[in-house]
Amino acid sequence: MRLKKISIGSVLEQLRNNLKSLANNSILTENNYVSTKALGVIVRKEVADYIRSWRFLIMVFLIVLTCIGSVYTAISNMAKAVEKTHPDQLFFFLKLFTVSDGTMPSFIVFIGFLGPLLGLMLGFDAINHEQNRGTLSRLLSQPIPRDYVLNAKFLAAYFVVSALLLSLGLMVIGAGMIVLGVLPSAEEFIRILTFLVIATIYIAVWINLAIFFSVRFRQPATSALAGLAVWLFFTVFYPLILSFILKPIEPSEMASAAEIIKFEKVRLLLVQFMPNELFSQATTTLLTPSIRSIGPLTIQQVYGSIPAPLPFLQSLLIVLPQIIGLFALTLLCFVLSYISFMRKEVRSR
Amino acid sequence: MANPIIEVRDLTKIYDGKPVVDHLNLLVEEGEVFGLLGPNGAGKSTTILMLLGLTEPSEGTVTIDGINATRNPVAVKKIVGYLPEDVGFYDHMTGLENLIFTSMLNGMSRSEAEIKSFQLLKKVGLENEANKKVGKYSRGMRQRLGLADVLVKNPRVIILDEPTLGIDPSGMYEFLNLIVQLSREDKITVLFSSHHLHQVQQVCDRVAIFVKGKVIAEGNITQLSRKLFSNGNYQIEFAVVEKTNIDALRKVLENISGIKQIEQNNDFFWIESENDVTANVARTLFEKGFNLRYLNRKEYGLDEIYQRYFINA
Repeated sequence: MRLKKISIGSVLEQLRNNLKSLANNSILTENNYVSTKALGVIVRKEVADYIRSWRFLIMVFLIVLTCIGSVYTAISNMAKAVEKTHPDQLFFFLKLFTVSDGTMPSFIVFIGFLGPLLGLMLGFDAINHEQNRGTLSRLLSQPIPRDYVLNAKFLAAYFVVSALLLSLGLMVIGAGMIVLGVLPSAEEFIRILTFLVIATIYIAVWINLAIFFSVRFRQPATSALAGLAVWLFFTVFYPLILSFILKPIEPSEMASAAEIIKFEKVRLLLVQFMPNELFSQATTTLLTPSIRSIGPLTIQQVYGSIPAPLPFLQSLLIVLPQIIGLFALTLLCFVLSYISFMRKEVRSR
Repeated sequence: MANPIIEVRDLTKIYDGKPVVDHLNLLVEEGEVFGLLGPNGAGKSTTILMLLGLTEPSEGTVTIDGINATRNPVAVKKIVGYLPEDVGFYDHMTGLENLIFTSMLNGMSRSEAEIKSFQLLKKVGLENEANKKVGKYSRGMRQRLGLADVLVKNPRVIILDEPTLGIDPSGMYEFLNLIVQLSREDKITVLFSSHHLHQVQQVCDRVAIFVKGKVIAEGNITQLSRKLFSNGNYQIEFAVVEKTNIDALRKVLENISGIKQIEQNNDFFWIESENDVTANVARTLFEKGFNLRYLNRKEYGLDEIYQRYFINA
């Protein structure tokens, strides 16, 4: 069998033609030049709207208040929390975010609890409110691609959330420095920053979910309720359902190690459908450097290991699946709202 | 038509198996004020949405200035301004801020946008309310702001969908005049949709009557009434002082060419003719010794059109 000879010249020619058509296309798009500035314009307006809105102020007030509470309990319980022999004692500062005395939840638990509410609150009326006011059709009759509206809504909400969380986190660090008189190490600082980034991704899931509902449902009240229903389902009912399912198949204390591990794996899999569980696993691991695995470890696996904290990158490696999971959820919700928004018919009111 | 700027071919939109717009064909020439007249639910708004690429047609094409509105909505929206009925603004922002926002979406810088917005507010007579929150505007002011909003992009086509809904009569009159004035000054093509026939009669050069997703007639008002009511014939009504009967009159008028039919209706007589014979009839009757008491060449206004098509529709 003879293969057709390919000369370098013909390949180059083809390449040149392809490039030429590509260049023509770009000229074409230049004619239909779309102002990318428009995206920035919308984002800026949305951010301004958020910051001035009452509900945002109320939410910020609640979050700041609870954070002060949790940091206060953390600081007053610091002495008890730091055991001399524990490897985590090197990471004194991270305790600020994780310690509680049982009466008041810790900072990460609070963010895990209030973050979804913040996200839902920012997104639940993003599209339908504009539509009900008749501004959506006016916005869409401007020469901007349709997805700019959706992108801008998300970006604005995400920007607001990131700014809020970052400043909160930094304030907690500052308070810790003043009250405890200890400076955070570089690694602690990186861990805290990573924690904050993960928190924003976690909240982005809820923002996108809320935006999706706001595209689907005409009434803001309906979309808000739908969002809250999903949130309640995952925080209250899903764990309940899980315990119903898992109770009967739970191995007895006499069961073999293999059986217990199998059960634990199933449990872990089912639990990880909850975005809040993904978040708490990721953040707890990051802020507690001594955690070596999220699932069960056998004695053989632990045997011989020095009870020392993991380096930052190793901790990050452990929770990488969780982070990717959160990211994928965000993307999924965004894609859903994108699909339903792009082909939506927009009437004036 | 020499230079159609809006070209609609076989446009169809089907909702739940029922055609709302049914194989619509329309040509609108550059610079004219074109009226889409039809009862509620005739498919006017749906047609307009398709013109702007805000919804996809089930069939057919729309081109505006040679650009396909479905394929390339962004390019179309650069030259087409759209004012929906009851236009929405951000109530917490002032009129000026709302306009600046629109200007910046059209690619202007902040300073350009401020200058342009203020100019436009002046043009529509809102310069004194520029810094008032739109939430406090009256309905008429909102519509005028809407017009300014449409003019931001220096459009070549303006599409107005029931723009006078809910404005009081004097405000409406002003608003319509403003539109006509703009169209004449800047050679802007205006597509005006309404179920209010008097407004359409007042401002539009040409009208398409739209019923159940179809255009049943198109043209200016006189053309329309002839086309719709008398198969292109003229109709004359008259009465004379003398007592007479239809046969006598038939004899008198038989020499006038073009008359197709003469009928009696109590004291009134009614002629249908191929051409305008009004003057001829008057002269002939006078010469034969009749004294005219009443003579009227019947012009059907939009009222009759409305009666016939909208109420029955």
